[in-house]
Amino acid sequence: MTVLVTGASGLLGGAVARVLVARGEQVRTLQRSPSGVAGAEDVAGSVTDAATVARAVDGADAVVHLAAKVSLAGDPAEFERVNVHGTELLLDAAERAGVRRFVQVSSPSVAHAGVSLVGVGAEPADPARARGEYARTKAASEVLALSRDRGAGASRPGADGGTPDGRGDFRVVAVRPHIVWGPGDTQLVERVIDRAASGRLPLLGHGAALIDTTYLDNAADGIVAALDRLGDRPEAVRGRAYVLTNGEPRTVADLLAGICRAGGVEPPRWRVPAGLARTAGGLIEAVWRVRPGADEPPMTRFLAEQLSTAHWFDQRAVRAELGWRPAVSIDEGMRRLAAHYGGTS
Amino acid sequence: MVSSGASTVPPGLPGLDPRFSHVLRVPDGGTPAGVPASDGGGPAARGPVTEWHYLDNGPELAARGIEPVGTVLAVHGNPTWSYLWRDLLNLATETAVTEAAATGERPGGVPDAWRVVAVDQLEMGLSARSGRARSLPERVADLGAFTDALGLDGPVVTLGHDWGGVVSLGWAVDHPDLLAGVALLNTAVHQPDGVPIPAALRLALAPPVHRLGTSTTRAFLETTLALAHPRLPADVAGAYRLPYRAAADRGGIEGFVADIPATAEHPSRPELDRIAAGVAALQVPALLLWGPRDPIFSDRYLDDLVGRLPHARVHRFEGAGHLVAEDVDYAGPVLGWLDTEIRPLDPRADVNPEVEGPLGPVNASARGSSGRSATLTDPAAVPPRGDRSASPSGTAFRPIWAGLDERAADDATRSDPAVLDMSGSGPATVTWRALDRQVRRIAAGLHSIGVRRGDRVSLLVRPGPTLTALVYGCLRIGAVVVVADAGLGVRGLTRAQRGAWPQYLIGQTTALAAARACGWPGVRIAADPLDAVRRRALGVDHELVDVARAGEGVDLPPEPGPDDEAAVLFTSGSTGPAKGVVYTHARLSALRDVLAEHFGVTAGTGLVTGFAPFALLGPALGTRSVTPDMDVSAPRTLTARAVADAVRASDARMVFLSPAAILHVVDTAGALDAADRAALQRVETFLSTGAPISAELLGSAQSLMPGAQAHTPYGMTECLLVTDITLDGIREAASAPDTGVCVGRPIVDAAAGGVAISPLDADGAATGAPSSGTGMEGNEVHGVLGEVLVHAPHLKERYDRLWLTDAAAERDTPPGHWHRTGDVGHLDAAGRLWIEGRLAHVLTTAEGPLAPVGPEQSIERAEPVRRAAVVGVGPAGVQQAVAVVELVEAARRPGLAPRDVDAAVRAASSVALAAVLVVPRMPTDVRHNSKIDRARLARWADGVLAGGRVGAP
Repeated sequence: MTVLVTGASGLLGGAVARVLVARGEQVRTLQRSPSGVAGAEDVAGSVTDAATVARAVDGADAVVHLAAKVSLAGDPAEFERVNVHGTELLLDAAERAGVRRFVQVSSPSVAHAGVSLVGVGAEPADPARARGEYARTKAASEVLALSRDRGAGASRPGADGGTPDGRGDFRVVAVRPHIVWGPGDTQLVERVIDRAASGRLPLLGHGAALIDTTYLDNAADGIVAALDRLGDRPEAVRGRAYVLTNGEPRTVADLLAGICRAGGVEPPRWRVPAGLARTAGGLIEAVWRVRPGADEPPMTRFLAEQLSTAHWFDQRAVRAELGWRPAVSIDEGMRRLAAHYGGTS
Repeated sequence: MVSSGASTVPPGLPGLDPRFSHVLRVPDGGTPAGVPASDGGGPAARGPVTEWHYLDNGPELAARGIEPVGTVLAVHGNPTWSYLWRDLLNLATETAVTEAAATGERPGGVPDAWRVVAVDQLEMGLSARSGRARSLPERVADLGAFTDALGLDGPVVTLGHDWGGVVSLGWAVDHPDLLAGVALLNTAVHQPDGVPIPAALRLALAPPVHRLGTSTTRAFLETTLALAHPRLPADVAGAYRLPYRAAADRGGIEGFVADIPATAEHPSRPELDRIAAGVAALQVPALLLWGPRDPIFSDRYLDDLVGRLPHARVHRFEGAGHLVAEDVDYAGPVLGWLDTEIRPLDPRADVNPEVEGPLGPVNASARGSSGRSATLTDPAAVPPRGDRSASPSGTAFRPIWAGLDERAADDATRSDPAVLDMSGSGPATVTWRALDRQVRRIAAGLHSIGVRRGDRVSLLVRPGPTLTALVYGCLRIGAVVVVADAGLGVRGLTRAQRGAWPQYLIGQTTALAAARACGWPGVRIAADPLDAVRRRALGVDHELVDVARAGEGVDLPPEPGPDDEAAVLFTSGSTGPAKGVVYTHARLSALRDVLAEHFGVTAGTGLVTGFAPFALLGPALGTRSVTPDMDVSAPRTLTARAVADAVRASDARMVFLSPAAILHVVDTAGALDAADRAALQRVETFLSTGAPISAELLGSAQSLMPGAQAHTPYGMTECLLVTDITLDGIREAASAPDTGVCVGRPIVDAAAGGVAISPLDADGAATGAPSSGTGMEGNEVHGVLGEVLVHAPHLKERYDRLWLTDAAAERDTPPGHWHRTGDVGHLDAAGRLWIEGRLAHVLTTAEGPLAPVGPEQSIERAEPVRRAAVVGVGPAGVQQAVAVVELVEAARRPGLAPRDVDAAVRAASSVALAAVLVVPRMPTDVRHNSKIDRARLARWADGVLAGGRVGAP
């Protein structure tokens, strides 16, 4: 099977590509910089470039789409261009090229409206209620991707008035790993370690909100499981979205302390009231909007909410339907993190 | 006043489907009931006509081709209207449609399909206003004219609330041929002479207040609507006000209040008395649903109704009030009752004794002995009472006082001590002969002042010889003793006294004062002599010494039978409001027998009883009992020396103590001298009862009584002795791999009853069915977590006036009267029971149900931890386990555990934990300070871990 993995230069994309290579799939990757995945065929370029995308999907049986603009702030138009139009371009090209399976890697933030999420399942993505540009555009792209799912000979809804277009089966599933972390993670782990090292990491509120996270290898395995189920049990999973986590929620304080210890730095000792952080996040966000720069804001409203309200998920359906269980526990993940960074677990 | 016709309801009233609303023109009321309407219900061709508004799901059912099995005729009170019954109309219709879909068309109607007709009484609701006041006899006749005009035929079950209850019962008494049952919500049919009517009504009836309060202003209406607990939503209150917006519309309210037959001279009084007498003669099934927080229809009136309808199913909804139909779900219980007790004659019913209870099937043989059921074809059919076997153990019934009689009759023993009291200076000894004489005097004396079989007598007397004589005196004449422990506190006691509504109250001064202050019911009998001033102040009617004197030499009335009620014991109240538990004589005697058999009690044993309930069983066991010098209501006043003195004075071989008393006995052991130790050496059996005890404490106590085998039985008010374990047994169990607290093996052997486990499903609920077979032969499946079911001859008969609670406690259990304890645990391969928590505290994780006690025990092994609670956060089915711990070095603030504690707890825990929280001090029940309030901790942890504030739990 030939699988195109977009965004393989990222932590999770790379991990997915490696899992697929390791089990003998033909893996092609698409991203702007080299993926660094041994055994994969790199296609260099952007998902926003039609010609590159067409070349990347040519001859592929399946696509795992991870490429996205991921950051806490930035130009809304750029989010839209990469995350929404890029996905649309890729979907179109994939369908044209006869790709049968499409795994849209999404984020639980697509259905997060700033309130506590406690033991919930995967709610429908909602661009109107999502918080921040990243979440909004990821919600739009997930809705778009799932709307393309259709059986063999079925009409393409909304495109040509319901006339069968004669094209084959196109199976789409969305997977939303929640807070992926592991060795080499620049998004969460290294930011936490860097900030803690420079004394800039506060705890929001009491740090007592329970948060689900996903160890890197588990997330990669889960995405591959979703790809496989599109092959062998498509009716159970197609058109659906799954939140994927370790299923071991921990408090924010616990997680930050664990990461800090693994990184060999002191865990945060000072606190910022959660309400204040949210207000400050909103202000900082506004400031960053008028002075877009290369650096990223130290706090946003979205981040403040993420770190001060509970969000953990019901993992029963995802485990049963994807036939997947996390192989690496949080504690084991912390040990691996410590081994990588030279700290203690 | 302007007269006006009836109208149907406008759309948009919350919860009321306008399709149920109809208007019927009826030849004017006032014609005697039973006189057929001249025009058969159509628009009247001649004569005065009155327009009725009523709610009726009949046309809806007919349109769907559903033939109902009968009709509920519902009558509202004052100042409500048929809107009160909307939930019943909705649920009855829904149930009928569902049932019809499930069973298809059947001759004789669809089972469970009931038509509900709810009238607006004339001058009330949306029925016509004539401006004329209507008296009670007219209202009863009006209703008859209405049902004639409607062409209502049987079977009919009446349902009434408030004064609508009286009208509905009037209809019931007048239509015996149609009547299949009566159901009532807070109402009254009798105002006893000499008892003032409720203060609220007295005020409403005062001439200057009456008109102003009822029609001129909306005070009466608003006051009634404000009686809802919790408050009515604004739109619902608005719907109640709808028909009464103008003063002219409220004439009916005024007239109704004026028609309350508050005095013997009132013109409506003869009709009320006629109805009251008729009700007492009713043989049909009856249901009484009651909200005790009612300033008008208090428990006094419930008790009167229970007296008239002794077979009635009764449920008091603690916390609900006058508008009980708004406060609780009454519609479900009403339909459940219709289904169980008023069932159509089904040819298959003869071979299948299983019937559905309001909460599921209830085995017919397990139903309360006082229940009656009827078939619709034979509404008067009443099965014989006592369908639970007369003697649960299957052996010949031996009355509870038999041991006392035998000792007193035997020349060899009659002068031996029966009861010894060590309080005060030196032992006070009562011989068997003296005790027997005192019991007979009190029994005959109580009978002479009017105490009859079945009358309830509340005993608020300190444990000692007087209480012992009173208990046996009451039991001997069939009076039902009501026992509520002072530990409930004044509020708890008040709730208990009102709930049981004893006809007599016997107490010492403190209790009489509390009774006076809190308005407890019952004719007052002072246990101690009082001067005239205090007698009057406390409202005392009799003194015990006079009662006993009056009984001197008087013959006793016939003895009660094994199925007669003997006692109402109140639960400790540590797991919710105290509930009254009814024991029959057979079950009380069975308790005596199981105690004697299991612990080998003989006439020679002798008991030291520092735990009140067992002190009372001494005479029944035919052995002497001694109360050590202590304040029995304060167990921490018992010293080691006092126990030694009591053992010495009575040469007792058996000691009963509560854990709290044991703690103090162990603490004061230093004061024992050689003679004391020698006396304690002779004790052979030692029981810790009433609450759980640690092995260490039990061991310390046993070291004071080295010759004794220490036991700690497991039980509850509903079944005082379920299992038993010795100290050696506890030590042996410590090496078992099981989780939980080992409480030993069932006391009753499997042939006579026993213990079974009903496995928990993924939702943490038990089915009620044991894990294998009937549970009678012992469970084959060991280690399965489930709810503990108990079956024993000494199990409770039922809960008192808690029919729904009763049904829930027996729901889906095997045949033969089992009780769901609400405890969860498992049986091991050796047949030992392990308790792992309360059903309500079970966590439902994605991996299945998880009982808290096992993980808590593992966490309590962590060094920094003093006490631990494991609770679930998050929604059912995906809950995460969280440990809440109290530390050896108390934490200053509640919150996340410090790093070292967190690590130690996680390392010790037998289950994965999402978080570890600390609290300075565990919230516990006020009663024992031992039962951790896990529900409260769970709510607190849920808030904290959702990112909320971290207050105190």
